[in-house]
Amino acid sequence: MSPGGCGAPVGGAGKPAAAAGGQAVVEGRVVHGGAPVATGYARLLGTGDEFVAEVPLGEDGGFRFFAAPGSWTLRVLAPGGLRAERSVEADYGRVTTVEVTI
Amino acid sequence: MSRSDVLVDADWAEAHIGDPDVVIVEVDEDTTAYDKGHIRSAIKLDWKKDLQDPVRRDFIDKTGFEALLSERGISNDHTVLLYGGNNNWFAAYAYWYFRLYGHDKVLLLDGGRKKWELDSRELSTDVPERPRTSYTAAEQDTSIRALRDEVLAAIGKRNLVDVRSPDEFAGRLLAPAHLPQEQAQRAGHIPTARNVPWSKAANEDGTFRSDDELRHLYQDEAGLDFGRDTIAYCRIGERSAHTWFVLHELLDQPNVKNYDGSWTEYGSLVGVPIELGEAR
Repeated sequence: MSPGGCGAPVGGAGKPAAAAGGQAVVEGRVVHGGAPVATGYARLLGTGDEFVAEVPLGEDGGFRFFAAPGSWTLRVLAPGGLRAERSVEADYGRVTTVEVTI
Repeated sequence: MSRSDVLVDADWAEAHIGDPDVVIVEVDEDTTAYDKGHIRSAIKLDWKKDLQDPVRRDFIDKTGFEALLSERGISNDHTVLLYGGNNNWFAAYAYWYFRLYGHDKVLLLDGGRKKWELDSRELSTDVPERPRTSYTAAEQDTSIRALRDEVLAAIGKRNLVDVRSPDEFAGRLLAPAHLPQEQAQRAGHIPTARNVPWSKAANEDGTFRSDDELRHLYQDEAGLDFGRDTIAYCRIGERSAHTWFVLHELLDQPNVKNYDGSWTEYGSLVGVPIELGEAR
């Protein structure tokens, strides 16, 4: 993770959840056929599909966002036209964990 | 300049793998993406380690850019095809940077790394060896780069386009939502700036929207006056390079500058005006 930057963190979830402190963390893992999806993208969307953030999935299929508190849509894209969506809630001081099977 | 002069698709890139006149360059913040696999024959550039001065907050100077490109085997005659992760943020930043130092034969791969991956195109882990060149850069073209005093003077006079997310614009977040928020500077936006998040210019697969859609977005939805000069900014200048590419290169708007100091500079300046709240 590069906190000084504005771009992609080092593939997926790069920081232990316990270290999230008071932040509103949304994290999880993407699985297909029982195996982690290492190539793909997780997007966080707001009301009306408004784009908020996107991260590439890590080797373990993992992703993590530091969101504002509220309701979000998590969308996962992977090769072969694979996609999935989940509704998630985020709040300060809480780690919201989402497991996505596509 | 128009879309076909500056933007190519993946088929074009595949057809030019191994073309001696074309150097394919992946530009990322996270260069482990390149190490995991990249377009065959591509070399890598690290937007920070390679393109930023290691001491001062600024770009490497002309001599440094010449040394970098010479060492990476890029000559003045090469066509440079740039692509990268994060919907091409850093590739667009590098594109703007190459233009800043006068390299005109530069192209962006539409959709960047994401579309390439989602299309399941071939990725290679072979790292090419390129022979050294002797690259000569031009002086920086300041007609495409804005510094802070120019930005302050532009408040209420020029189009200021804040391309960050609505939460960053309003002052609720200090960084994009995939990064920790432990920043010290003030939140908000430059007064009179319009908020047109960079993401509105891109499709879900990272490709750019059509010219008609882009014109509609900036002129009709955001109310940007194309008769005025424009400065785009974000947090560190790479998302705004994406928007600079759209306005200056795809839509052929003259007098568009990227403010690479962006919010990390402006939001830390003492005594400058800041607005909070939603876009008006």
